Amino acid sequence: MTDSSEDRTAAEAATTKTAPQTSAFLDVRDLKVHFPTDDGVVKSVDGLTFSLEKGKTLGIVGESGSGKSVTSLAVMGLHRASRQQRNKVRMSGEIWLDGKELVSADPDEVRRLRGREMAMIFQDPLSALHPFYSIGSQIVEAYRVHNDVDKKTARKRAIEMLDRVGIPQPDKRVDDHPHQFSGGMRQRAMIAMALVNNPELLIADEPTTALDVTVQAQILDLIRDLQKEFGSAVIIITHDLGVVAELADDLLVMYGGRCIERGPAEKVFYEPQHPYTWGLLGSMPRIDREQTERLIPVKGSPPSLINVPSGCAFNPRCPYADVPKDNLTRTVRPELREAGSGGTPANGGVAGGGGHFSACHMAPEERKRIWTEEIAPKL
Amino acid sequence: MFSYIIRRLISAVILLLIVSAVTFGIFFLLPKLAGQSTDQLAQQYIGKAPTAADIAAVKKNLGLDKPVYEQYWDFLKGIFAGVDYKFGPEAAKCHVPCFGYSFKTHIEVWPEIQSRLPVTLSLAAGAAVLWVVSGVATGVLSALRPGSFFDRAAMGVALAGVSLPMFFTGALALALFTYQWPIFERSDYVPLLDNPFLWARTLVLPWVTLAFLYSALYARLTRAGMLETLAEDFIRTARAKGLPERKVVVRHGLRAALTPIITVFGMDLGLLLGGALITEQVFSLKGVGAFAVEAINANDLPNILGVTLLAAFFIVICNLVVDVLYAAVDPRVRLS
Amino acid sequence: MRRSVPVATIAAITSAGLLLAGCSGGKGSSEGSGEANAATKGVVNASDAKGGTVTYAMSDAPESFDPGNTYYAFIYNFSRLYARPLTTFKPGPGTKGNELVPDLAESMGKPSDGGKTWTYKLRKGVKYEDGSTVTSQDVKYAVERSNFARDVLSLGPNYFQQFLKDNDGGGYKGPYKDKSKAGLKSIETPDDQTIVFHLKKPFAEFDYLVSAPQTAPVPQAKDKGADYTKSVLSTGSYKFQSYQEGKQLTLVRNPQWSAKTDPLRKQLPDKIVLNLKVAQSTIDKDLQSGNTLVDLAGRGVDGQTQAQLLTNADEKANTDNALGQRLVYTAINTKVKPFDNLECRKAVEYAIDKKAVQTALGGPIRGELASTVLPTDIAGYQKYDLYPQKYDGDKLDLAEAKKHWDKCGAGKATTTILARNDRQDEVDAATSVIESLKKIGVTAKIQSYPTSKYFSDYAGVPAFNKKNNVGLIMMQWGSDFPTGYGYLQQILNGKAISKSGNTNLSELDDPEINKLLETAIANTDKAAREKAYAEIDKKTMEQAALVPLTYFKVLMYRSPKATNLVSTSAFSGQYDYLNIGVKK
Repeated sequence: MTDSSEDRTAAEAATTKTAPQTSAFLDVRDLKVHFPTDDGVVKSVDGLTFSLEKGKTLGIVGESGSGKSVTSLAVMGLHRASRQQRNKVRMSGEIWLDGKELVSADPDEVRRLRGREMAMIFQDPLSALHPFYSIGSQIVEAYRVHNDVDKKTARKRAIEMLDRVGIPQPDKRVDDHPHQFSGGMRQRAMIAMALVNNPELLIADEPTTALDVTVQAQILDLIRDLQKEFGSAVIIITHDLGVVAELADDLLVMYGGRCIERGPAEKVFYEPQHPYTWGLLGSMPRIDREQTERLIPVKGSPPSLINVPSGCAFNPRCPYADVPKDNLTRTVRPELREAGSGGTPANGGVAGGGGHFSACHMAPEERKRIWTEEIAPKL
Repeated sequence: MFSYIIRRLISAVILLLIVSAVTFGIFFLLPKLAGQSTDQLAQQYIGKAPTAADIAAVKKNLGLDKPVYEQYWDFLKGIFAGVDYKFGPEAAKCHVPCFGYSFKTHIEVWPEIQSRLPVTLSLAAGAAVLWVVSGVATGVLSALRPGSFFDRAAMGVALAGVSLPMFFTGALALALFTYQWPIFERSDYVPLLDNPFLWARTLVLPWVTLAFLYSALYARLTRAGMLETLAEDFIRTARAKGLPERKVVVRHGLRAALTPIITVFGMDLGLLLGGALITEQVFSLKGVGAFAVEAINANDLPNILGVTLLAAFFIVICNLVVDVLYAAVDPRVRLS
Repeated sequence: MRRSVPVATIAAITSAGLLLAGCSGGKGSSEGSGEANAATKGVVNASDAKGGTVTYAMSDAPESFDPGNTYYAFIYNFSRLYARPLTTFKPGPGTKGNELVPDLAESMGKPSDGGKTWTYKLRKGVKYEDGSTVTSQDVKYAVERSNFARDVLSLGPNYFQQFLKDNDGGGYKGPYKDKSKAGLKSIETPDDQTIVFHLKKPFAEFDYLVSAPQTAPVPQAKDKGADYTKSVLSTGSYKFQSYQEGKQLTLVRNPQWSAKTDPLRKQLPDKIVLNLKVAQSTIDKDLQSGNTLVDLAGRGVDGQTQAQLLTNADEKANTDNALGQRLVYTAINTKVKPFDNLECRKAVEYAIDKKAVQTALGGPIRGELASTVLPTDIAGYQKYDLYPQKYDGDKLDLAEAKKHWDKCGAGKATTTILARNDRQDEVDAATSVIESLKKIGVTAKIQSYPTSKYFSDYAGVPAFNKKNNVGLIMMQWGSDFPTGYGYLQQILNGKAISKSGNTNLSELDDPEINKLLETAIANTDKAAREKAYAEIDKKTMEQAALVPLTYFKVLMYRSPKATNLVSTSAFSGQYDYLNIGVKK
């Protein structure tokens, strides 16, 4: 059931669409998520393309408001779960999950996939779990939505999952309520709930932001272990590059609702191809840096998503905005291009397959020069 | 939980003692500050042209010649042990709990209040059921489609309900549905067990009048609560689990949104059980509220004490029940 | 949003009713409406048809239906259905209703010893509802309990206590404390049919005193003190079937009543139901719809109903605008400056614009302009006006007023005027008085108090008035028995001034007036008494002790369904409740 003209054309197109010829488990193409408001259209996600294979981890990083969470919610179909929500959002593009297109699909069909094929864990487990129901009953509920079993069986499964995620005395703790758990245990419990139906895609939205540093590591280890065990695709959304460095195979940097750099994690970390990424890395405290050296912040503040700067969204804050000729940065929106050769994702690059892309008007050689001479020494 | 209840009950008793002491204080000390003598006080309970001996006799019989604290002590004794009064050829026995005898009519206070309780209880209970069901339902439906025609219409009507005073809606209802179009014939209260049909028919208009006001309030409260709750993170989690929207709204949303409403309900019901003054007046229902009004008008201390303590008692009990309920529903609230 | 003072509630209900005055049409008054004021001229729908239920209603509830424990005129009226006093008033329209006839007694009292002793003989064969015979001891007991046990039965007047000779040695302590067989010695019962009263002083109008329900017999064995009201043993045509305090009283025929021993009552309806504590606006609607036959209090319909009735010709035909045997007046405190000066008081008499006050009180429907102390429907009334007011169109001529004010030399004066705050008409009238007095240089500020405390704490406390410079007090006065003495004694006799609960608000202590009152009541000649009352009236006005404003009137709705309705002066204009029946 579609309710906006854009979706209708997408639906028409979908009937004649075929799955793309890639082996990606999750394939997002030109995803746009817009929210019409009285002040104007908020373009939270404005043309996002990426893909993810099973067994691999994609890290999506960016500032608040860059569109990271909106993307993941769009994949889950959580922008259109209720009638009230559906009237407020305009989605276009394609999201292919295991051969099924989600943007044009009936919201109820997408609902059936939620919690089963794809699952999500959220930032603050204390507010994300219902305070009135026990952890056990919430996990049981997640299980019984998709499986026709009796309560006893479901409860056994819940205890099993709690054990799996490393919660001690799971048979006793299954009846405790969320506020009776410590922060780390709570997040484990939420992971248990998300994984109870063995989803093939797990999205973790800032899974460690609300936790102590020591606990963070444990949770990240848990996620990695579970991924190995179940072979699921994992998307980790965070603003913390340290987290991503731990887990991600590939990295996607978002800015202003757009992807500005994408590629294998080591490549993005050690050969970043975008001034914004440089800025992110520079503003990150690192143990191997001298203590007396100052952090290099990115000047300015995130752009308005209603009035996105024309051309490259980053141009008001970019120290190199004038390097490309003809004032390109302010007039033409840069496409994602192969960082080394300049090719586009459409002609070959698959995440995890080696492709490293950047949306910047500077020539790759120019960028390389600036990186090796000016930026890298300072980091 | 048990010890919590015990502790609350003890503090309830203390509160009732304080309420009775304050009522005593207001009754005696305030006029005294204005310069009223005990003779003048006693005279309010006598007929015309009393002699000094008459006044002295009444003073003695009502105990007004004793100091205030002694009268208070007698009053407390009466509640727990019963008292003998001399209002005729033989002494009358006032049984526990004894709130004394009306200064004016010398009729035992507690049986009087007891006889009026069923009216107020029926009125309050019936209206409560009506307003909770209609108010919450309207609020939920409004919250699920905010800004829609239904929402705006419902909240508009609710605004009217909250703003229009009860004596207006009551008098209007009476004029229209009893006199203009004789749908609900006016009759006095009939006990439920005597004739359930008549009992209900007498109370329909008062129920609707009373419920209209509260229903409006609860609709607005529920709507606000639901909107707030539906924006909570755990709603998003529930959807992320793949739950159908109806389950999300009811099991996850409504449950959480209703808890503050329970608290408000406890307060409202507690107050109402002490007597719905205006509604009882408009519809000539002889409940505790009407009794309170008469007692205050007649400056009849034992009656005033009786209704005041009764009202305080109901408020305390309702709040206690609601607090326990709340703790039972929301495990984060520990009763300590 | 929830609680409110009842008075404000009632005011608000009636103001809401104002909006609905147009909406609600009167129902059920289509058959046989009479003409306006018919019941003040004669008996309306006279009929001897038996059967049916007569329904009364009232907005309040009397504290007691015990005939020995009440002073409401409507209980004096109503209680005769179940309690027979020695004498009573014969049903008749207006002042014709003031005719006193024997009820329980077989004839009027026989005075002796210069009017200090009164003897009555009871009718033979009068029985209580349980079959036992009424004796004179029961009448004696009734007087003893109602007058001498004021700590228990405190709501009635105590005239008998005032006038009967007391026991020696400390006085009679009432039948609950004094268990002796003799009781009050000044009441003798030489045999079961005879009762003799020995008074302190001659009292020519004793027949009127014994018309009070306090002489209705009460058997000592059945007396329960304050609880007797729950089950009064009837000697009248009806007996208690059930009584729920504050809610409802139901009377049914008394099988022991016999017309042979009772020429007055007719025992027409099968049942009489009195609903208590019904909101006044609801009563008015019920009267019009026929659900209720009579408003027991007899004080008329409320303001909104009045407006509705009078503008509708059909409805107006069903109303009676009766005099209430009451005077609405402003008492002038003769003990507070500058009103201790006669000339100043005379100026006030001329200055108060009575027409404006009449309008403030509700217009001519609510009262006729007054100029005397005695209301027009009390024997002894004579029409005269000592301080005639001259009008130039609507404007009052203040020449006389200013003349007297200059003479008294008070210049610009300030004073306080008291009124009852739960009587809106009284407050409005006081405001009108204030406006009038401004014009002669008197600045009066109003202080108002609730009725329940008006006499005990404020206006009726001379010390309070002195302290607060109260020169003017709003008052309404109706007598306890309809004679000049009954009316004038409490408000004019210097001896009646008391420290609290005072009703002689002018604190008038004129030795001539005092003497006239005392000699009048001892004079057995009716005409002479009435002449004396007229003289007292004039002397009071010569002293300018009070300013008469209006003779109080009520507007009652007369139900076309009721039979034998007649408005009687004996009970302040109420319908006589003795024989009201219902049309089939």
